[in-house]
Amino acid sequence: MLDLYSPGGSLLHRLPPAAKMLAMMLGATLLFINQSLPLTVAATLVILALYPIAQLTLKQAFAQVRPLLIIFMLFFAVQWYFSGLELAAYVVLRLAALILLASLVTLTTKSSDMIDSMTRGLRYLQPLGVNPEKVSLAISLALRFIPVLAQITREVREAQKTRGLERSVIAVAMPLAIRAIKMADEISDAIDSRGYRS
Amino acid sequence: MIKLQDVSVSFGKRTVLDNLSLDLTERRIAVIGANGSGKSTFARLLNGLALPTTGEVLVDQLNTRKKGRDVRRKVGFVFQNPDNQIVMPVVEEDLAFGMKNLGFSKADIASKTDEILARYNMSDLREHPAHLLSGGQKQLLAISGVLVMTPDIVVMDEPTTLLDLRNKRRVARAVAALDQMVITVTHDLDLIADYDRVIAIDEGRIFADGAPAEVIPAYERLMA
Amino acid sequence: METTAPRGLATKDIVYIALFAALTAALGLMPPIHFAGAALPPISAQSLGVMLAGAVLGSKRGGLALLLFIALVAVGLPLLSGGRGGFQVLMGTSGGFLLAWPLCAYIIGYLMEKDTAAGPAKIGLYVAFGGIVVMYAAGIPWMAFIGKLGLSKSLTIMVAYIPGDLVKVVLATIIARGLRRAYPNL
Repeated sequence: MLDLYSPGGSLLHRLPPAAKMLAMMLGATLLFINQSLPLTVAATLVILALYPIAQLTLKQAFAQVRPLLIIFMLFFAVQWYFSGLELAAYVVLRLAALILLASLVTLTTKSSDMIDSMTRGLRYLQPLGVNPEKVSLAISLALRFIPVLAQITREVREAQKTRGLERSVIAVAMPLAIRAIKMADEISDAIDSRGYRS
Repeated sequence: MIKLQDVSVSFGKRTVLDNLSLDLTERRIAVIGANGSGKSTFARLLNGLALPTTGEVLVDQLNTRKKGRDVRRKVGFVFQNPDNQIVMPVVEEDLAFGMKNLGFSKADIASKTDEILARYNMSDLREHPAHLLSGGQKQLLAISGVLVMTPDIVVMDEPTTLLDLRNKRRVARAVAALDQMVITVTHDLDLIADYDRVIAIDEGRIFADGAPAEVIPAYERLMA
Repeated sequence: METTAPRGLATKDIVYIALFAALTAALGLMPPIHFAGAALPPISAQSLGVMLAGAVLGSKRGGLALLLFIALVAVGLPLLSGGRGGFQVLMGTSGGFLLAWPLCAYIIGYLMEKDTAAGPAKIGLYVAFGGIVVMYAAGIPWMAFIGKLGLSKSLTIMVAYIPGDLVKVVLATIIARGLRRAYPNL
């Protein structure tokens, strides 16, 4: 399945996913504990410097923050008006640094590797009643269903287009959900037919 | 061998199958009938996915009501729509799914996967996402996923209905080459011309039962 | 034995959980709906998945479906509308809203389970409580914290989204009622 991974062989690509996630959490916490603008500027530059090290371009870095530009401007304006320029710069820069840091993990880790390390981590939750095998089955099924439902969505929108209803949420979501549930009933029979022990 | 003893199935007030008693022993058996004739329910009875309202279904003496899991190990089931049968996102993972459930060893899983992919000329599709396969390939994958579990009997519910002519023939060839006993529920009269026995169901009852040469013309007259 | 009730989730429950996670992803493919011209932000159909999962599957399965969805977003799959995904989205300004989705679905499901005879008005009320009140109660403090904004200013920003969310409540109620009629034994 298509993920947001950017292929490469850098040190960051090779680090185990769990280590990257921990490092990211730690970095994010530090960003929020720190209240000084100069340190936040420095942190942002360090995080940006990690992009070329991870064989990523600054264009890719910018693409991560672009969807948030409007909200950044809004935050900046509100903070500037109420609390002054320095705080406005600190808040928006801290947010950008956080996004860039978290994006590094997403861009350098395959989803499949992340899922593997997540399901391995689930065994620690077994005492709480979590069944790792059921979780893996649910993950695999969801990955299997997403392209199928995406295809059904396209088909339904196509069909509704002839009636001018392709943008109507009800005219698309209702048949989509009905077909999806019908599929679910049969696939659940198929799973039982193939010896699955729930 | 599968034995139906006085089997009826009803959903609420509607009787779907009405007092059937049959011994299914032939190597190739077809079940035909119009939409809503009860033939899909009939197929589901054979591996315990559906249970009779009254009467019993016995697979090699095992009662589907009590030994459902053991029955499903003996009776593989292929559904009409392979999209509803393929469980895992990638071809080899899907083939491994049933085998893992039955506790096959890793080595066994690997060798059976190699063997079945080679048999259907799909070796290069091993790591392919299942949703990108063609309709015919999907149905062959669905059939393969059942065959690797080494069932004694394979039940197919309209396996060719959604396929084009070329893929229909491909699946028909694959089915013809199976060593197992096969019970096919279908509308596709070409698929079953050389079967050993054809059972025609109409409104929940057996309308005709015998060799294809006798049953198919009678069925065609009924449908006309 | 086949007939004994399985411990925890049966096969069918697992399938439905995966299905509604996937359905939420598929709803993200609908183009955003523009209404009221440029005066209000466009709404994405995606949080309909949250409301439907809760209203159709109930508390436990609905909550788990959205937990699964959020986990798949976290591992880097571009399942949020506009093809967004990864930790960065969950940690961004709208992270609180997204992380609240499992809870929202759970609460909608819980309310529906307590009142199985609910008519459309009550269903709409339950969906609005879980899908708006609970979601905003989690999302706004998060936004306030991450942007050092304070609650009242964050709330002001979010007011523009309330009309769109009300539209979704109506849509979700209609669809959920339709599905519960089509499949009474879900």
